[in-house]
Amino acid sequence: MDLGPNAVFVWAAYGAVAVVLAILLLWLIADGVRQQRKLDRLDAEGVRRRSARPPTAPGEGRE
Amino acid sequence: MQTVTQRLANPTRFMQLSGALLPLLWALAALLLAAGLTLAATAPPDYQHGHTVKIMFVHVPSAWIAMMAYALVAASSFGLLVFRHPVADVSAKAAAPIGAAFTLLALVTGSLWGKPGWGTYWVWDARLTSVLILFFLYLGLIALRSSIEDAALAGRLTAVLALMGVIMLPIIKYSVEWWSTLHQPSTGFGSTVDPSLRRPLLVMAAALTALFFAMHMKAMRNEILRRRVKSLMLTEVERASSRPRRQPAE
Amino acid sequence: MRPFLELVRRDLDLAMREGSAVGAALGFYLMVVAIMPLGLGPDLNLLARIAPGVLWVALLLAALLSLGRIFEVDEEDGSLEVLATGSLPLELVAAAKGLVHWLTTALPLSLLAPVLGLLLNLEIGAYPMLLGSLIVGTPAVSFIGALCAALTLRSRRSGLLLALLALPLYVPTLIFGISTVNAAVSVPAAPGASFLFLLAVSLVSIVIAPVATAAVLRIQLQ
Repeated sequence: MDLGPNAVFVWAAYGAVAVVLAILLLWLIADGVRQQRKLDRLDAEGVRRRSARPPTAPGEGRE
Repeated sequence: MQTVTQRLANPTRFMQLSGALLPLLWALAALLLAAGLTLAATAPPDYQHGHTVKIMFVHVPSAWIAMMAYALVAASSFGLLVFRHPVADVSAKAAAPIGAAFTLLALVTGSLWGKPGWGTYWVWDARLTSVLILFFLYLGLIALRSSIEDAALAGRLTAVLALMGVIMLPIIKYSVEWWSTLHQPSTGFGSTVDPSLRRPLLVMAAALTALFFAMHMKAMRNEILRRRVKSLMLTEVERASSRPRRQPAE
Repeated sequence: MRPFLELVRRDLDLAMREGSAVGAALGFYLMVVAIMPLGLGPDLNLLARIAPGVLWVALLLAALLSLGRIFEVDEEDGSLEVLATGSLPLELVAAAKGLVHWLTTALPLSLLAPVLGLLLNLEIGAYPMLLGSLIVGTPAVSFIGALCAALTLRSRRSGLLLALLALPLYVPTLIFGISTVNAAVSVPAAPGASFLFLLAVSLVSIVIAPVATAAVLRIQLQ
């Protein structure tokens, strides 16, 4: 694709857009995965939200 | 009869709805982007700027999204302060960094467009200068929020700053335009758009806008998950610290 | 009206007793302006052309230095809470704070500016409008500055953050203020359109900023 004498500027501009959007997308995906992992880990440890059933006394084990 | 925003007010409900909507939004953005890039690549050269006019297809939408995102932050801030809408703070927090990124893109692409056209990488014309100040406003929002420990306090203070910014924004824009006409007669920076170039511009604008909303929704979902994690860990700490007191009773 | 004036008088007394704060701001202003020719060269024509801009920008920076203290003193000893629950509406408290800052810092800086104009070879005809633009424009600096001070009350790195928040909001005042002085260089002692815009921005700031500042203080004190 011949973009004329100033082609490098056009490519640089679209390149900058691609780089910034890629960084944003990667950050969004990575952050989402990280938070979901933390939630899964907390769920596995039996941590319940305050709105859920009250926890049993210690020593009786998980329900 | 609940309005859309009222129904979305519950974070759990928001997660359900956005979980269904987000994949569609990503798909829409991808399609529009493909179409827009094709149109941009096949667009004829402008009689004045040659092929560098293709930069306009990303510069103008970036600038438009930069301003729309700030309006979104301001609207979310209003929702937080006036209606105490719980998801409003999530929306404001999510929109700011993405808006700042598009502002930066507007500045970079504008600079790259200016160099072949005007010979310098930066020109203090009305539009670029206004976008630069908008960038500073975004930085201020992000800096203020990150400087305060208490997340709820940070959210509400940032909301006031955003609203003050949106009130000052027209005044700032007007003063910059006025200043620009004083120091140089209007540069006509991309003032007239040839009809054959309008379609790539509109499609790219739609594509980037859809992409912005998809990223905003994803960022909101991440933030809601983050807050859940925090509140769960807080509950865990409370439970752990109250345990020793209960043991003697057994 | 009485409680408002009493608050103003009390704060003026406190500021008077501290004294050194004004001195530091004036000294900073003097030094920044004096450094400019050292950096840019002694060409009097160049200095005359940049004088309006330098005088305005340096004054903004000097004013920013002192804004952090507006609410800190009262916050430290708890009197901010007393003021918030007192009979005077918080909006008027915020307005009083802005007024006191203007009287004790912005106004002295403005009065020093013509003297510093001599260092920069400012055109003689521009002196009245230099003083005029500063006196009319600095209320916006004080009142918007008070808002930013309230926002950064509990922030880390509050000094720098305050400047970061305030400077974009100062742009209209800066543009119209400098333009007023520039216009006066060509047509001495004539106010012109930029002066009226400057006045308008200041009036808008005096009304809106205290309302926003009060909202911020209420949020901070919860």
